Amino acid sequence: MVVYLDNNATTQVDPAVLEAMLPYLSELYGNPSSMHSFGGQVKTALENARTQVAQLLGAQDTEIIFNSCGSEGNNTAIHAALAAQPEKRHIITTAVEHPAILSVCKHLEKKGYTVTYLSVDRQGQLDLMELEAALTGGTALVTTMYANNETGVVFPVEAIGMLAKEYGATFHVDAVQAVGKLPIDLSRSTIDMLTLSGHKLHAPKGIGALYVRRGFRFRPFLLGGHQERGRRAGTQNVASIVALGKAAELAQRDLQNAPKEAWLRDCLERELLHLVPDCEVNGNGSPRLPNTTNIGFKYIEGEAILYMLNREGICASSGSACTSGSLDPSHVLMAMGLPYTILHGSIRFSLSRFTTEAEIQHVLATMPGIVEWLRALSPFNNDQADWLQERDVALAT
Amino acid sequence: MWDYSEKVLDLFYNPVNQGAIEDGNEPDVAVVFGEVGSIACGDALRLHLKIRTSSEQILDARFQTFGCTSAIASSSALTEIIKGKTLDEALNIDNHDIADYLGGLPEAKMHCSVMGQEALEAAIYKYRGIEVDHHDDDDEGTLLCKCFGVTENKVRRIILENGLQTVEQVTNYIKAGGGCGSCLAGIEDVLLEVEKETEPVRMAAGVALREAAAAATAEPRVLTTLQKITLIQQVIDEEVRPVLIADGGDVELHDVDGDRVVVKLQGACNGCASSDDTLRYAIAAQLRERVLPTLTVEAI
Repeated sequence: MVVYLDNNATTQVDPAVLEAMLPYLSELYGNPSSMHSFGGQVKTALENARTQVAQLLGAQDTEIIFNSCGSEGNNTAIHAALAAQPEKRHIITTAVEHPAILSVCKHLEKKGYTVTYLSVDRQGQLDLMELEAALTGGTALVTTMYANNETGVVFPVEAIGMLAKEYGATFHVDAVQAVGKLPIDLSRSTIDMLTLSGHKLHAPKGIGALYVRRGFRFRPFLLGGHQERGRRAGTQNVASIVALGKAAELAQRDLQNAPKEAWLRDCLERELLHLVPDCEVNGNGSPRLPNTTNIGFKYIEGEAILYMLNREGICASSGSACTSGSLDPSHVLMAMGLPYTILHGSIRFSLSRFTTEAEIQHVLATMPGIVEWLRALSPFNNDQADWLQERDVALAT
Repeated sequence: MWDYSEKVLDLFYNPVNQGAIEDGNEPDVAVVFGEVGSIACGDALRLHLKIRTSSEQILDARFQTFGCTSAIASSSALTEIIKGKTLDEALNIDNHDIADYLGGLPEAKMHCSVMGQEALEAAIYKYRGIEVDHHDDDDEGTLLCKCFGVTENKVRRIILENGLQTVEQVTNYIKAGGGCGSCLAGIEDVLLEVEKETEPVRMAAGVALREAAAAATAEPRVLTTLQKITLIQQVIDEEVRPVLIADGGDVELHDVDGDRVVVKLQGACNGCASSDDTLRYAIAAQLRERVLPTLTVEAI
């Protein structure tokens, strides 16, 4: 039994999505730019997918640019925003962004740009006063996520956008985790550009889209052919675009019927907190995505928990140092100022429309034993651990 | 997922010797524990030893570990390795023994085996009542990695002990540089210094071989006075001084009179009891090999 609760990492391709895309990997192989009806029918499918994506976002068809992934969307948006107002050299973002934003910002700092990284509080939430204080007439871009991939914490994007507009800054939103999970209406929004990624909403990997508000002075990132109305060169990945269109349609349907994910997530959270002592939900005090829970299990380490879960067929992820690729724990949880006992023992479960009650029950039956077993191995089992941490902080300062 | 060996996964899922050891106040038996790491670091190991005091034999070893899969497996492996050994035998165990017992560790997880070795030393030194750490030099000197509290001396030691060549390897072994990354350039500097320091040894060996080969077809080396002085200066600057500076000393070329080289020792070398050795081995040998075998060295 595989219990897949890592849907913020990637999702299963919906069978209906797979069915929709398959013809474009076989008989319907024409080039949508060709001047013959064999290619023309592909162009029709491409534009239909554009409409489907636009409808999910409350956008117009011409505002959707298909690309390869969320990282491309984010890179393109930042590049376009800076090119639109080249005299402005200041960027505002947050400390908890995805590396696809943070790495670009770090790179731009070396190129002479100034970047403000807004802090978050213990609940993972921004302080709008801090944003307002950071904004100046020289701010070219405000870029924030819609919802955090690790905690699911949702930012007040419209309030952020209002402030950005006041100072004449472009407002970009990385909505990779939010699209399909939260209702979004860009027809009445302050957002200039918005990034989405297909594989987070049951389309395949390698397809994404960037929304660019009509009237925004867009400069392309990838130069070449005239595809996507000259805004993104390269022959379109037609099959995956058709898939993304279908996935957008399904997501919209799910948003209209109250999703069961939220109910299952709440159930998982409530029961785990009840069954396992010394754990807490990170970002609990903020509005959160309906599918995500991030729980810190004190006194034990995340990678060990993941390997124990893996043996039970349960897929999750962790913000612990040993799983982050570096030796530091998650930059998101660190920015929230969580104690190390929580940081290293944090586990993220992220659900999808395919998650069943039986799967949640399996986690609930397994997790308490895993935590108890690892805590029995650990030298820390009470607030002594917090004392040790304080000592370390004292030594470091 | 990490590329863990079967042995690592086996000892993680089915660890042996976990837990603490109660002190039963038995005669001729001591119970002690050594501890490394902290919750902030992301891993910590408390190693418990039960020691027969008369023979210094390890009767039992148990562990309590906060950490990842390989940290738990390394701890369990360590206890298996040291049980039955004497303390002196146990002190000869290093992190490679732990990694080997586990059928290898992913490079990025080598620090788990280093943690085991350090906990073992901590426990034994605690038992022997030795206050200072075995690697007491480690705690002195500049703090290089602030995130994980690693000094420059410790970085230097781990590079030398394990023959490390890249910054990534240093991070994998002792975590230094794995946090904010601001000390990566500093680690690189230490790597370059160590490389430079060990270079004369390698070069001297190379020169000896070349000279032996040349001796067969020997033609005595002929240098003008200017060439000789320049070469002596070069060898002192590039090969001798880095070694001495690392030990807190220094040397300056004062004069060259025929085959007589006069140098001025400085810093810790000046007045040091081992100055003669320093001269004979580090400087004279080096100059004879690299410049002329007839050279003599004197200090003023």
